[in-house]
Amino acid sequence: MSCDFTRTALHGYLDGELDATGAAEFERHLESCRECTTALGAEESLRSSLQRSGLYESAPVGLRKKIRAGLDAATAPPGAIRIPAWRWLAVAASILLVASVFWFAWLRPARDSAASAPFTAAEIIDAHVRSLQPGHLTDVASTDNHTVKPWFDGKLAFVPPVKDFADEGFSLVGGRLDVLGGQNVAALVYSRRKHFINVFVLPTREPDTPIHPPGLRQGYQWRHWRRQGMEYCAVSDVSDSDLYELAQLLYQ
Amino acid sequence: MSGSDQGKGSDVLDAQDRARFEQLVLPHLDAAFNLARWILKSRADCEDVAQEAMLRAYRFFRGFHGGDARAWLLQIVRNTCYTWLEKNRPVELMTEFDEELHPQPSTSPEALAIAGDNRERLTRALETLPPRFREVLVLRELEGCSYKEIAAITAIPIGTVMSALARARQRLQRELTHASPQEASREL
Repeated sequence: MSCDFTRTALHGYLDGELDATGAAEFERHLESCRECTTALGAEESLRSSLQRSGLYESAPVGLRKKIRAGLDAATAPPGAIRIPAWRWLAVAASILLVASVFWFAWLRPARDSAASAPFTAAEIIDAHVRSLQPGHLTDVASTDNHTVKPWFDGKLAFVPPVKDFADEGFSLVGGRLDVLGGQNVAALVYSRRKHFINVFVLPTREPDTPIHPPGLRQGYQWRHWRRQGMEYCAVSDVSDSDLYELAQLLYQ
Repeated sequence: MSGSDQGKGSDVLDAQDRARFEQLVLPHLDAAFNLARWILKSRADCEDVAQEAMLRAYRFFRGFHGGDARAWLLQIVRNTCYTWLEKNRPVELMTEFDEELHPQPSTSPEALAIAGDNRERLTRALETLPPRFREVLVLRELEGCSYKEIAAITAIPIGTVMSALARARQRLQRELTHASPQEASREL
């Protein structure tokens, strides 16, 4: 094989990529070059084999489906905010929220039925968080239990025990009315090193209980107990040991 | 290696992009799959790589400003295949592309016709070629790409597509007709 054309122009000719002049020139060459004639025949035969042998492999149907799913996942839905990371965080947060609401409102009370508190953990924490919003902490702001206690008089059908424990490190800040589980309750507010503790008090007919083990949700702790016809729930973001200390003081 | 048309993939695509992609690019999935299958020589691997390439193409879709969607897609498929090979089978990429043409006796069209008649043998012969030979043959003979498209897809200068094809065809002929009896029996 010595003819230069077999390496180049022959392929251009075979592939229809030569311009008119080049093609005509090659055809003239073919008339006189047996080598190129044979080679062209071989290439045409090879091409026909390649094209006739069913070597082309089409994509399986399943792949098309998978790709479409992938495309959908990478496409923002119409009208959506075009910040994907933000969007996914929001989606995750909503799922978490729904799950935790379900947990608090449904599963927790069912599990805690032994304690049979008339309110849910979610309600306690909501009430606590709401109280920390500006202007919501107290209806009567006083460190004096003799001011706070009479304030409740006439506003509730019971008299909550109000004591100040400033000497023990829990200063009475005041009191307010709140609603838990559909009932009016007294909320006593104590402060502990700039943290606030809400103690919800409402009457109960259930027998006394010890101070129950702490509950912990969303970074807030609570302690629940019953004592002398009153139901108590102390909730705060202070440590559980602080909360337990206050619970013990109230329990006495 | 990556083409200038690929642009950046940072944009979030909306329903309009999705519809355009479906219309312009997705119809070339078979071409994408076929090219990946022949570069990687494996159906199982090529399914993953073709899928990855398609999703990559979608991410880059804002960088596609019209023109030959098939060539644009196949360029991404090819790059994805080579990245995969570099990671998983680097040995296959060590074959030199600019292999010298060895003088060889002309093969008669009849002998080639007989050898090429066997699909298994043809497949085996194609798979024996280095990937850079195989891809130009597949693009030209199975995909029917023009030299211009082959140049765009494989990032080789258009002036050398013809000689690349010449070398690839010569190698294929050699594999087909000069397979030793040992190799022939291994096919079974």
